[in-house]
Amino acid sequence: MSELHTVNKSPFEKSSFDSCMEHALEGSAVLLYEDGVYAAIKGSAAEGKVKMAQGVKFYALGPDLRARGLSDERVTDGIEIVDYAGFVDLAAEHDKVVAWV
Amino acid sequence: MKFAIQVNEGPYQHQATDSAYLFTRAALEKGHEIFRVFFYHDGVGNGTRLTTPPQDDRHIVNRWADLAEKHDLDLVVCVAAAQRRGMVDDGEAERNGKDATNIHPKFRISGLGQLIEAAVQSDRLVVFGD
Repeated sequence: MSELHTVNKSPFEKSSFDSCMEHALEGSAVLLYEDGVYAAIKGSAAEGKVKMAQGVKFYALGPDLRARGLSDERVTDGIEIVDYAGFVDLAAEHDKVVAWV
Repeated sequence: MKFAIQVNEGPYQHQATDSAYLFTRAALEKGHEIFRVFFYHDGVGNGTRLTTPPQDDRHIVNRWADLAEKHDLDLVVCVAAAQRRGMVDDGEAERNGKDATNIHPKFRISGLGQLIEAAVQSDRLVVFGD
């Protein structure tokens, strides 16, 4: 059973990203969108948590990065940038979608 | 694949309404089926036909309605959340003695059972909002 976890809040505002990190199992994926994309910034306090997660794939929603002035180069290595169609694909590819709010 | 969408936030207040709409549109463009969009909590505000945003802003209500028209979507507003927030259709107006209605004709008011049914009948339930 693989899960897609979605995080829509900044890790510097709410603890939903941290809660998600504690529950995301190997083989699951985490999509950062809305203010959740702030967890994708290279060099931020969240970067270590992203890199520590074993066997978890990370994605960030491109339109939400750009809406916040975050260029692709500022995203932590290993995080794949997707559009809404990619978001749909991720939701379809995993057995369930878990929204961390 | 069959998707159910849950929207928990009001329009022009939280990005969830935009995210949910863009996700729903992308899913339809990919050929997926949207079993239902369920508007819960402040999300019921997505269904008022009285919304009039400035001309240079997106019209969140009409945008849902246009998508529903094109793809025959079932847009359902939670009745208890709607009553609290003054979202009224003909039936509710009569039952509660109100002198007006504000629900957009492409939306309908119904109960929480519709959310449970959507979750059971769909392959995925995707929740937007806090």
